[in-house]
Amino acid sequence: MRFAIPFVIFLLLVVFLAAGLLYDPHEVPSPLINKPAPAFQLAQLHEPGKTFSPQEMRGQVWLLNTWASWCVSCLEEHLVLADLARSGDVPIYGLNYKDKRENALALLRELGNPYVLSVLDTDGRVGIDYGVYGVPETYLIDKNGLIRFKQIGPVTREILDKTILPMVTELNQ
Amino acid sequence: MKRLAVVLAIFSCFRLFASDNRELEKRVMALSRQLRCLVCQNETLADSQAELAADLREQIREQMKAGRNDKEIVAFLTDRYGDFVLYRPPLKPRTYVLWFGPFLLLGGGLFALYRSLKRLGS
Repeated sequence: MRFAIPFVIFLLLVVFLAAGLLYDPHEVPSPLINKPAPAFQLAQLHEPGKTFSPQEMRGQVWLLNTWASWCVSCLEEHLVLADLARSGDVPIYGLNYKDKRENALALLRELGNPYVLSVLDTDGRVGIDYGVYGVPETYLIDKNGLIRFKQIGPVTREILDKTILPMVTELNQ
Repeated sequence: MKRLAVVLAIFSCFRLFASDNRELEKRVMALSRQLRCLVCQNETLADSQAELAADLREQIREQMKAGRNDKEIVAFLTDRYGDFVLYRPPLKPRTYVLWFGPFLLLGGGLFALYRSLKRLGS
């Protein structure tokens, strides 16, 4: 009985420390979850004469994936996105972030293009509106244009199967 | 004489412009020092060499030029990146434990100390 209180305090401390160990400070929770996806109108990568804007996607569930040819972890993600594009489960749109058009085109020529289309955010301003701080980042956007999920860092098969695809199914209902 | 006046006029323009810029830069830096760079998380926006930090400083500069005050600019950043960008966490229900927890612990410790001292004395 004498040790009950110190023991409870000790347990509390353990819980706090464990939570601190498991929490990754590099994943900053986005304040944009359940908020409207910021509007933009940007030139398309393959057809610079044409633009794309998220408003065109109303009524559809879709992914917005920020990527760049200089981004190493995007390469690892590329394979997962290619699989996803083949499955046709959810359309992927690319936000080509602070990149050179030629380099972006060359990368897609070499590795294949999982995107319905990509837009050019050359100066990174749209990236700032979306709270991008480390490419790749991926946003799941619902039929009403709300951001429902944000993946920071590469999308993996596991995240796709456990989180993104179940949410897509649910949002499509 | 006229030429001198022209030269002086041009000069004073430059000086005005320069001091204007210096004031602005001071403001940009003062605000950036209170904000966290998201890429190198232990650095402020003012110190960080990361590209994003430079972009965000540019955003701050532009918004200051457009006449926005510090509060509005901070709101612009927290809307996008969350309270994480603030080195000084705001006081709100979610952060009560953070702000008041240490005082509670201190109070509890003092109370425990008081009780055990009293027991020892009696």
